[in-house]
Amino acid sequence: MTEETGTIDAAGTEHEETPAVSFDADPATYRHWTLDTSGAAETGVAYLRLDIDEAGGIVPGYELKMNSYDLGVDIELYDATQRLRFSHPEVRTVVVTSGKDKNFCAGANIRMLAQSSHPWKVNFCKFTNETRNGMEDATANSGQTYIAAVNGTAAGGGYELALACEQILLIDDNSSAVSLPEVPLLGVLPGTGGLTRVIDKRRVRKDRADVFATTSEGMRGKRAVEWRLVDEVVPKRAWDETVASRAASAAAASSRPADGTGIELPPLQREETADGITYQHVKATFDRDRGLVEITVLGPEGGVPESLERVHELGAAFWPLAMTRELDDLILRLRANELELGTWLIRTRGDVEDALAMERVIERHSRDDWLVNEVRHYFKRVLKRLDVTSRSLIALIEPGSCFAGALLELALACDRQYMLDGTLADDAADDPSGPGQGDEAQIMLSASNFGTFPMSNGLSRLGSRFFGDDDHVAKLRQETDRRVEAREALEMGLVTDAPDDIDWEDEIRIMLEERASLSPDALTGMEANHRFVGPETMESRIFSRLTAWQNWIFVRPNASGPDGALRRYGTGRKADFDRRRV
Amino acid sequence: MSIDYSEKIPNNVDLAGDRKLQRALESWQPNFINWWKTMGPAVPTEDVYLRTAVDVGKEGWAQFGHVAMEEYRWGVFLAERGDDRRIAFGEQKGEPAWQQVPGEYRADLQRLIVIQGDTEPASVEQQRRLGETAPSLYDLRNLFQVNVEEGRHLWAMVYLLHAFFGRNGREEAEALLHRNSGDLDSPRILGAFNEETPDWLSFFMFTYFTDRDGKYQLGTLKESAFDPLSRTCEFMLKEEAHHMFVGTTGIDRVVTRTCELMREHDTDEIAPHGGIPLEVIQKYVNFHYSVSLDLFGSEQSTNAANYFTAGLKGRWQEERRRDDHRLTEDSGTIDLVRDGKVTQDEVPALLALNSDLRNEYVKDCQSGLKRWNRILEKLGFDARLYLPHVGFNRHVGLFSDHHVTPAGDLIGEDTWKAKEDSWLPSEADKVHVQSLMRPVYEPGKIAGWIAPPTNGINGKPFEYEYVHLA
Repeated sequence: MTEETGTIDAAGTEHEETPAVSFDADPATYRHWTLDTSGAAETGVAYLRLDIDEAGGIVPGYELKMNSYDLGVDIELYDATQRLRFSHPEVRTVVVTSGKDKNFCAGANIRMLAQSSHPWKVNFCKFTNETRNGMEDATANSGQTYIAAVNGTAAGGGYELALACEQILLIDDNSSAVSLPEVPLLGVLPGTGGLTRVIDKRRVRKDRADVFATTSEGMRGKRAVEWRLVDEVVPKRAWDETVASRAASAAAASSRPADGTGIELPPLQREETADGITYQHVKATFDRDRGLVEITVLGPEGGVPESLERVHELGAAFWPLAMTRELDDLILRLRANELELGTWLIRTRGDVEDALAMERVIERHSRDDWLVNEVRHYFKRVLKRLDVTSRSLIALIEPGSCFAGALLELALACDRQYMLDGTLADDAADDPSGPGQGDEAQIMLSASNFGTFPMSNGLSRLGSRFFGDDDHVAKLRQETDRRVEAREALEMGLVTDAPDDIDWEDEIRIMLEERASLSPDALTGMEANHRFVGPETMESRIFSRLTAWQNWIFVRPNASGPDGALRRYGTGRKADFDRRRV
Repeated sequence: MSIDYSEKIPNNVDLAGDRKLQRALESWQPNFINWWKTMGPAVPTEDVYLRTAVDVGKEGWAQFGHVAMEEYRWGVFLAERGDDRRIAFGEQKGEPAWQQVPGEYRADLQRLIVIQGDTEPASVEQQRRLGETAPSLYDLRNLFQVNVEEGRHLWAMVYLLHAFFGRNGREEAEALLHRNSGDLDSPRILGAFNEETPDWLSFFMFTYFTDRDGKYQLGTLKESAFDPLSRTCEFMLKEEAHHMFVGTTGIDRVVTRTCELMREHDTDEIAPHGGIPLEVIQKYVNFHYSVSLDLFGSEQSTNAANYFTAGLKGRWQEERRRDDHRLTEDSGTIDLVRDGKVTQDEVPALLALNSDLRNEYVKDCQSGLKRWNRILEKLGFDARLYLPHVGFNRHVGLFSDHHVTPAGDLIGEDTWKAKEDSWLPSEADKVHVQSLMRPVYEPGKIAGWIAPPTNGINGKPFEYEYVHLA
């Protein structure tokens, strides 16, 4: 994207020529981060150092000065957090720090934001939010505690990165400060969890949070500690050893095994064409005319090994992990690169029993085996990605599918579920890849549908679906581990509709066409509202409140209009605000 | 289960090869028959001399014969056309017509079809008891012919719902039988179809004016980009012509008889002599015409504009019109009341489409008036029948808040109340007309308030025993 192609003109129209984004990364070729696990075997501590290559923007048009980041920087960060979990069981503490002098991180690059189209900004923010949530997830569920060693100024997204860590140490050099200058300087929000985490996680009083978030220079020293913006300020000379000591204490409290052997995460094998992406276990076919993508998740071929030894031996080839990685990659690519494919049709294909092996491994071992535990939480995070994906998600449950247990979560994450009642026997002969294997479609509930993969609101997807009806959820609990066909699934409230073979094709076609004709913005808003019922958590608030407000502000002229704060930043001219409060 | 579908349900939609349609119609048909038995004609008959649509060809699309009414073969027919029909108007003008319902327009198309479908059985219900007072077997037969064909039109709409709208469509088809004319809990959708047709003069007026509205509605749907709807409506228009014929000639015969009685008794006051005074006929014209105008909806309508732009509903004889068929830049005029005066206003053409259709309808209605006035003239009377002003007695649209005289003058509530009975059928008029309604079931005989027809049906004489009563 260049200034010419990626700008917003005076009328507010976005010129999009978004480059295709790849989410592949490898520590050996990171441009912006160093993942240092050299001492981890001994200390349990890894260092993740941010040293951004100014000329390494993912698209042209800006320089990543002062350790400011863009999507490319965050793609590496995400890769690092994943590898820390899967390849480094020995790492119990991750110290996030800067490789630059005096600059921890200046947050998202402003020129990048100013030149980016709205969808790009939104996608970027969503992904960075997910990565930061993932860091907290590692701290909470993997015994891998993140500590921010803020060895220079942390502004905006830089401070938000620190906020995602369990502890924040700030160097006390009389100049390094933490700040959230978005409101005073840019006319937007600290949208990567900043506002939320300051009050929710760090328990900063709301009046102080108000002062802090409108003070462009931020806070440092004693006051920053007093206000709980950081946990500790550390003099420069005691810096390294204090950081090491805090990291060591966190490591000592970790549940990570002493003798684990990590698994490699090799590059994903992926075949891309203009019409789709094919992985080993996940397939996506684009239908650009209809504005949709057909996603098929293939169940394991011939079952999943259930012995722990074999699971570790297979590592990244272990089907639940391999499938999850592919699905994760697909979701990210579709979100970033295929904006006009507004509906995702989600199918599964495979044997119900085989798919359930994933359950059994997770049920049996996720508490005592670190790798199985990682697989469980990874699948949970990918499902959460689906939950916050701004596309219409429709599950098609057809004969030959394997929506059972964990895979049933895919269907439950969808906005609607359609299950074929009967078979499409007539068509099977013509279309060997189509449904019609004789047996009717079946789904199966398992224990893992009742809390193994919670949503960001803290509830299971069934708990969300039947919010306020605990009796029904309790009844469903009695129905686990047996095959349920369409009509019964409809009665149980597990599917939206169960058209029979005669109606199936028309019902689905009309439903999809109707969907495609609706306003994409209204759909995004509607879906996001329906998907998250009931209680809020810090995580859900980041998406439902902070992000929603941020995305509104992003399209307002006061931010992204030609005279808006975001566009005027760094031009020497002041923003010209429309003063009316809305 | 082996059913000869072409025998049981005459059709040209490959019913025998369409499992989906078979299943839908199979479960719907018993309910339809049940509806026909409870809501259809109340007079018990052995059989009736009816025409049955059996084909769509130019020649011999229908067969005539005596059939027991519940064994009438209600069929499903679409007019035949080439496959390359293109959309004639709206945003998608020039693109191929749709052979399937585009999901984007599912709701709108379904609504249009349901509304059209709802009127068809409604008139059967409204006319349910009319047979008990038929002026002749010929007229009784015509009533039943209209009834079975309205039934077939219901089938036509149900076919569309079944074939193209999935489960939703089936539910709507079912609901068409559950709403009933005048039912307090579940009435028909349009107000005009919840009034009973109390007498034969009303029936003739209804088939002349209200069925003519149907003709114009069908005419706009005939233009639809949704090809099956278009073809269905085209075929329905064929049958609709007969219904209007019943109205036109029915009123002909009433006017003729009225003239005869006026001459015979040398007075306009023919009520005591068993006739319907010309003044009463005029009042019935006033009533049925104005009620039918309401069926066109408001003069200014964004729905109609949306339907047009989307290609769902065109104008009358869309393809013969010489404009761009998109109308985004054109304007039209609508009648309205402003500053205490009946006047006209210029609005975007798209918003004036209901007015446009209504104006076509008004022109068409004039032809009947000319015809009846020719009878008056021929028989030596100076009096003339006329159509009242479009603003007269309106309950829908821009005139609904005003009172307008048949001549087009704006008047106040008090004047309206005082004069209402001289413009619309009064209680006394209705009682008088009702008093004339005595059945005449003897072949070749006719009631005294109406003249016999000049021709019988399908070359048969008037005396023919068109109906065998049970």
